[in-house]
Amino acid sequence: MNASTFALSRELPRVSAMPTGRLFGAYLTEAKYESIRALRAPAFAIPFLLLPIVLYVLIGVFLIGSMSNGDTKIAVTMFVNFATFGVMGPGMFGFGMFVATEREQGLLTLKRALPMPPTAYLLAKMLMTMLFATIVMGTLIAAALAVGHLRVTAGQFLLIALIEILGSLAFCSIGFFIGTRASGKSAPAFVNLAYLPMMHLGGLFYPLPKSAQPIEFLSPAFYLAKLGLHILHAPSLDEISFGAASPSSHVGVMVCAAVLVGVTLLFGGLALRRFQRLA
Amino acid sequence: MTQDCWAELSGVSKRFGKVVALDGLDLQVRRGELFALLGPNGAGKTTAISLMLGLQRPDAGTARLFGQSPLLVETRRQVGVMMQEAALAPELRVHEQLDLVASYYPNPMTPVAAMEMTHTEGLADRPYGKLSGGQKRQVQFAIALCGRPKLLFLDEPTVGLDVQAREMMWSTLRRLVNEGSSIILTTHYLEEAEVLADRVAVLAKGRTIASGSVNEMRALVVRKHISCSTRLSIEHVRTWPDVESASRDHHGLHITAGNAESVVRELLAADENLQDLEVRRAGLAEAFTELTQETAP
Repeated sequence: MNASTFALSRELPRVSAMPTGRLFGAYLTEAKYESIRALRAPAFAIPFLLLPIVLYVLIGVFLIGSMSNGDTKIAVTMFVNFATFGVMGPGMFGFGMFVATEREQGLLTLKRALPMPPTAYLLAKMLMTMLFATIVMGTLIAAALAVGHLRVTAGQFLLIALIEILGSLAFCSIGFFIGTRASGKSAPAFVNLAYLPMMHLGGLFYPLPKSAQPIEFLSPAFYLAKLGLHILHAPSLDEISFGAASPSSHVGVMVCAAVLVGVTLLFGGLALRRFQRLA
Repeated sequence: MTQDCWAELSGVSKRFGKVVALDGLDLQVRRGELFALLGPNGAGKTTAISLMLGLQRPDAGTARLFGQSPLLVETRRQVGVMMQEAALAPELRVHEQLDLVASYYPNPMTPVAAMEMTHTEGLADRPYGKLSGGQKRQVQFAIALCGRPKLLFLDEPTVGLDVQAREMMWSTLRRLVNEGSSIILTTHYLEEAEVLADRVAVLAKGRTIASGSVNEMRALVVRKHISCSTRLSIEHVRTWPDVESASRDHHGLHITAGNAESVVRELLAADENLQDLEVRRAGLAEAFTELTQETAP
């Protein structure tokens, strides 16, 4: 470091715009380190990267497969449902826990005081979530190809991966909403309060009794799974159990997409409003 | 706002519910000076800095950085910040933390250069979460510097540092100021302000109760300290009208006096064998205590 490092002009410094390349680089660097830190955090990376593949293979492939005598339709259904389960966690916990903790421990305030590009913080977390969702989808597709007995084309796999990865943004919004309101210590509890019912009452792992099926309509997970099932022309677990009489069988592609976009915008908007007031 | 004023609060008031944090506060930080903001807990120091950095908005008055709104990210690209409580991502290594923050600035120094400047090269590959409290402060200091800021905000920068690390940080701060940077420092260590600051402002109840150079602040306290070796008894000395207090230890007699010159004359007249006479003005700590006591409820 030479002595001229801090040499200054004699005039009031002009506010200088960042060159576009450096600005883009700042967004990328923020996303890169957000992803690296999440991958290095065992309490985050291990459950959200390993659990989906382990549960899919154990339950979705071997357990359900042995009970259904190799029914390929159920195999596709279980693949989509476990994919949905796999992409929910990183968004909800990544935003819910990290935002709450960083807000409470002053990192968010420091980043706001520093010249971090205003949207870099949120974009970085979204990209981190999508990276996790991509890894989850990659491992699930690999497992499905190896042991899943699925009749699905490469194009369909890519399409379902894209839908699940984009669908993870709805869960980012919910996590973000919780993260802007809960304390660092209470955030995991609040995220679990949303995550567990959403997962279990969304019809991902077992069909709900017919009378209880309307509860599924409250779970964004149900709509993401249903969207994936439409794409792959596979029935939901409700439909497998109750046929076309299942209330959830009437939910179409556009409804699923509209609900997911609506959830993303509603919770994201509410969270953003709160986030902008935080310092 | 003149060309030389790099940060300014002008008639700023800020209230949190019923609590008045700042009450018509005026502050200016000029180019190339180290400005120390002192005050008891709850005086409004952190709020003042938050307003200058655009983290909060004033209820009344204006906050300016380089003549611009501090809310503009372009303005803050001239600023480095070290906060008292900011837990950086524990999973990232030190050089990664620096690489990340440097990416926010148009013309930053390299992580290696920032670590050299703050003597943290040995920590480069250590995860931030595994560092000691003092090491974390040093890394936060490197982060504050890495964007080559014109203006540095340092909130209690030397808390938790050992003597050697503190001396090194002081030396870097002096160098930065000599090279034209400005620094706003809040500290509980008054000796730190005494050693480093060009100007000091003392806040109490959201107002500036005194500001000026360290010498000007000391001069606000009239009393002086006199020490000497003498055969005179404490009881006798205490009867003199200008003596506020007197005590004795193995070094000799110690007197606090409003009019030191008059007491020295009486001492010399009463004891012709008097030795080791020393007269000291009040330190910044004493000035601070006196000033803030005056505003205490």
